[in-house]
Amino acid sequence: MTATTLFEKIWRAHEVVAETADTPAILYIDLHLTHEVTTPQAYTVLRERGLRVRRTDRTLATLDHSTPTDSDQLFGRVPIKIESAANQVRQLEKNCAEFGVELLGIHSPNRGVVHIIGPELGLTQPGTTIVCGDSHTSTHGAFGALAFGIGTTEVGHVLATQCLLQRKAKTLAVNVEGALPRGVTAKDLVLAIIRKLGVSGGTGSVIEYRGSTIRALSMEERMTVCNMSIEAGARAGLIAPDETTFAYLKGRPRAPQGAGWDAAVARWRTLVTDPGAKVDAEVSIDASTLAPMITYGTNPGMSVALGEAIPATGDAVFAKAMAYMGLTPGQQMLGQKIEEVFLGSCTNGRLSDLEQAASIVRGRKVAPGVRFLVVPGSQQIKLAAEAAGLDRVFKDAGADWREAGCSMCLGMNGDLVAKGAYCVSTSNRNFEGRQGVGARTLLASPIMAAAAAVTGRVTDPRTLLA
Amino acid sequence: MEPIRTIRSRTVVLASTNIDTDQIMPARFLTTTSREGLGKHLFADWRYDAAGQPIAEFVLNKPEAAGCSVLVAGRNIGCGSSREHAPWGLYDYGFRAVISSEIADIFRSNSLKNGLVPVVVDADTHAWLLANPGVEVAVDLETRTVTLPDGRSVAFPIEAFARYCLLNGVDETGYLLSQEAAIKAYEARTGA
Repeated sequence: MTATTLFEKIWRAHEVVAETADTPAILYIDLHLTHEVTTPQAYTVLRERGLRVRRTDRTLATLDHSTPTDSDQLFGRVPIKIESAANQVRQLEKNCAEFGVELLGIHSPNRGVVHIIGPELGLTQPGTTIVCGDSHTSTHGAFGALAFGIGTTEVGHVLATQCLLQRKAKTLAVNVEGALPRGVTAKDLVLAIIRKLGVSGGTGSVIEYRGSTIRALSMEERMTVCNMSIEAGARAGLIAPDETTFAYLKGRPRAPQGAGWDAAVARWRTLVTDPGAKVDAEVSIDASTLAPMITYGTNPGMSVALGEAIPATGDAVFAKAMAYMGLTPGQQMLGQKIEEVFLGSCTNGRLSDLEQAASIVRGRKVAPGVRFLVVPGSQQIKLAAEAAGLDRVFKDAGADWREAGCSMCLGMNGDLVAKGAYCVSTSNRNFEGRQGVGARTLLASPIMAAAAAVTGRVTDPRTLLA
Repeated sequence: MEPIRTIRSRTVVLASTNIDTDQIMPARFLTTTSREGLGKHLFADWRYDAAGQPIAEFVLNKPEAAGCSVLVAGRNIGCGSSREHAPWGLYDYGFRAVISSEIADIFRSNSLKNGLVPVVVDADTHAWLLANPGVEVAVDLETRTVTLPDGRSVAFPIEAFARYCLLNGVDETGYLLSQEAAIKAYEARTGA
């Protein structure tokens, strides 16, 4: 048998109709995750055409982007401030009720950022195809699932037919070897990978992350890496499932149970790239040489390792980014004064992210004049963090402990960075205006975010680790 | 959908590289539940000042941009968020084609489904178009070429089925629905 890649194996298993020169493949979708922002227009099309949701059992909805993180607004004790956001929430509730789609709504203890709750519930499983009208669907690739973001028209396709028209992507192997140094996290690793590939280096490709460093990562760390695959332009990120994956999934409410579990694990063990399988391109990274990373520009590829200066010169786009960011070419990021910190998002809003940040915040105070927003990725994470006393650590330090949601990653719900303010953010995008008009985003790891919160500056988190 | 064959227009040039969909359609406009009327928010943070007044220097606010339906953009337009609101906004504003040397995957896919033709040209042609804003071009889907003012035709790739759908005004939803028997057979075969 020909040696095949993990991507190829999942692809073939989901071909309803194979691609030809004239027609794309019809690809079956095992799990369709949905949220309030990218579905309303798809439901409108279903209504106009008299269509139903073909597989409600393979469709799950939640509310995350437009929802307030303020408890009073979220739970209806006061009205949601942004009327259009409130309307969008009501629209999803109505659509789900009408079409019979399960909604993990406002009062569900399982509500959260869509890419956090899929894994948390055990719905994200190796070898499956997963889509969502959201580019960070690549997160689920950490489990060896082929998972990618789609537009609203395609959301409609999946709702109506459980299928998508797709051309097969290329494969790009990113091999990572060596131990991550102390204080260097999965976030730093993926920022280094994006810098190496460039923000369009992955276009047209599915990235498979391989190597001893990747194998040594926890599931939460793997999700951070796969989450940002799209920031290198890739369709999806993939990591072959292993014992770490199975241990994470075992016993989760919607993972296979009993005899079904053993059968599933046996099947999942075959989901590897065979030795000698050809990939279209390959790059290698030595993790042992990495340092904590932070972005300085207006795309996630514009980053430096701490201690490294911002480039001294660049093209017109570089100059525009510098002007927007208010930074000086050639300067160091260390010591840069900051006004806001956001800890959360589908990139770094999981329990281990909060724990790591708390390890730096514990016993310290948020620096004067700094606003520190801590937003758990799901209500389950919020509950677990509160059970572990992490909320107290953050609140005692002067941070703002919020309800789950996408929040300040994109500010749709009104959680915004002030114009001109610098925000160290654990999210995934530092685009102009992403966190608010004129907001200046510095992407970094949870420990660097925590270090910035307690010092009011970009600070090497390694100097604050116990 | 209206069949599309040829788009003839002067070009509008936005030379920035990596124009992400957050620039094309900022997130605060995504709370809409309709796909209509997004053209007024297109490039909102580059186009309007804090008081909501047009910024005169921005290319879409210049008189020569009026009526143009071809946008020439720097390398890698459409990166970032999957929001289809970006091509909806471009289309609603009046654009029918976007030309660049690289176009991000999800944005390209979304554009094809909305009558906005994504045109990837070679680096030399791209550099020339960036340097010569306002030239008259013709994007021809039948021949898969862009014709430049000097009469030269440059080929561009486009996925065969998407091209067929654009040329014939066919929508992909209908095609997928017509595959119900194959989908049922797949589900029966795999136990899905």
